[in-house]
Amino acid sequence: MKIAVCVKRVPDMELRFAIAADRKSLEQTGLKYDLSDFDGYALEVALQLVEKQGPGEVVLVSVGPDGVQETLRKGLAMGATRAVQLKADHVPVDGLAVARALAAELGAGGYDLILFGRMATDTASGAVGPMVAELLGLPCVTSISHLDISGSAGTARRDLEGATETVRFPLPAVLSIDEGIARPRLATLKGIMAAKKKPLEVKPAALGQVRLTIEAMALPAERTGPKFMGDGPDAVPELVQRLRTEAKVL
Amino acid sequence: MGDMFAFAESRSGELRKVAFETVSAARQAADASGGGAVHALVLGAPGIAARAEALGRYGADVVVVAEHPGLERYSPEVFAATAAARLDAGAYRAAFFPASAEGRDLAPRVAARLGLGLASDVISVDVQNDAVLAQHPAYTGKVVVTLRLTGAPAILSLRPGALPAVEHPRAARIEAAAPAADPASARVVVTELAQQAAAKLDLGEAAVIVSGGRGLRAAEHFRLVEDLAAAFGNAAVGATRAVTDDGWRPATDQIGQTGRVVSPDLYVAVGISGAIQHLAGMRTAKTIVAINKDKDAPIFKIADYGIVGDLFEVVPRLTDEVRKARSS
Repeated sequence: MKIAVCVKRVPDMELRFAIAADRKSLEQTGLKYDLSDFDGYALEVALQLVEKQGPGEVVLVSVGPDGVQETLRKGLAMGATRAVQLKADHVPVDGLAVARALAAELGAGGYDLILFGRMATDTASGAVGPMVAELLGLPCVTSISHLDISGSAGTARRDLEGATETVRFPLPAVLSIDEGIARPRLATLKGIMAAKKKPLEVKPAALGQVRLTIEAMALPAERTGPKFMGDGPDAVPELVQRLRTEAKVL
Repeated sequence: MGDMFAFAESRSGELRKVAFETVSAARQAADASGGGAVHALVLGAPGIAARAEALGRYGADVVVVAEHPGLERYSPEVFAATAAARLDAGAYRAAFFPASAEGRDLAPRVAARLGLGLASDVISVDVQNDAVLAQHPAYTGKVVVTLRLTGAPAILSLRPGALPAVEHPRAARIEAAAPAADPASARVVVTELAQQAAAKLDLGEAAVIVSGGRGLRAAEHFRLVEDLAAAFGNAAVGATRAVTDDGWRPATDQIGQTGRVVSPDLYVAVGISGAIQHLAGMRTAKTIVAINKDKDAPIFKIADYGIVGDLFEVVPRLTDEVRKARSS
């Protein structure tokens, strides 16, 4: 079984963000980067499928500047077979441009599955997976919380608002993986050592036309802090009064 | 002037709240840019056409309805082909989809088919002469990004609840259409749709959400949260990831970056400290109330109203007072 896992390098979300002088990018000083959370689940799913279903390979693909090599090495340390960096100065915010670059790389690869995380934690868009599927004309299921692959077909479950869908699809397919499906393994020391020798290929990213750009970035309007802070149950009547007259939600 | 397109989501034969939100947003964008027409698209099993008229109330001039027995459930390939064909046939300035589970699956497919830009999880839209500007919360809501979309139509998916539906009544013209692909030949097939208990109000539909965190200390104490939600009458119950990971509540109740992202009128956080992952899911609520014993909990930084105290004393009192306020 041959599986591609498309991953993104994103900033650590626990940090404080500042906007750079151009008002349309993040101040880079102090940022730390790592593999996007959901992509870890996608990689774990791929590794388990190859372990269970016999010989195969798991190929990591990422679009971006050379910094993504660190992220790719992490995935290799977890157990991926090899990696491809589709080199670009920066990752465009236009998901379709990223999808084009990925589709150009993956189209002729003979993959049984192309996996994505449900969304990258920075843009929270979740668009690139289904876009790659459309560009390649492949079946696609997004936001999968449970997955069964048997032979050349699969069954997936995805959570909707207040409901769950069961979805049947043929292989090859593009899937995006929700969290909780499998806990991503930690890289072992042996894995980290082995990763250094695994192939990491660098190719130019074929992004094509960009129709979506960042006009501005801003920190959200700071909530000015609570309009009312009370102490203990005796504060409840005033809270309720304010919810009625001030917030008008009662 | 430009016409606007809205995808009106339905489930099990009923329009969803987000359907009115996309139509309403399309109406407002049309009016703000010279008063074009709003065309809505509904797909579903036979019978869904009877629901289409309601979209006129929120500003749809034309509702295109594609009924087919094979569309009882979502069919991604048929929906994408039909929406793309409609968009290709018109001269639309922008196309509005919901950033719901279905819309997040559908909108990227449509954008890719047409080679157009997509802005996801949008909270405000500004149609300009040469571009559409769309704001969306990124980096777990810590940064607001304004995106510039060129090319027409601009494809947008709207965060549920962020742009509330506003009535702009008119008599919509209903047009029957055939799906642009045969549901019987779809490769991806939704074989089952399991609805949760019907009595349960969905987090995305609720005007008020009462959420509980680790501060409740045990699964059975969620009764306090449920009682408070019941006192509000129109409230749903949410939870933090810590709580759903521990199995106190189902995973589908999780609010946060990795769960549901909600924008209710009122969000009441009970025993929630305010981890970033949770704040990302509720930061855009219009009014936030926090109850926590730790006065330094991060949740108070984004709360509009806070009570520092023992939730086991504060919440029952709040439940009583809310009940009284609503019955007076």
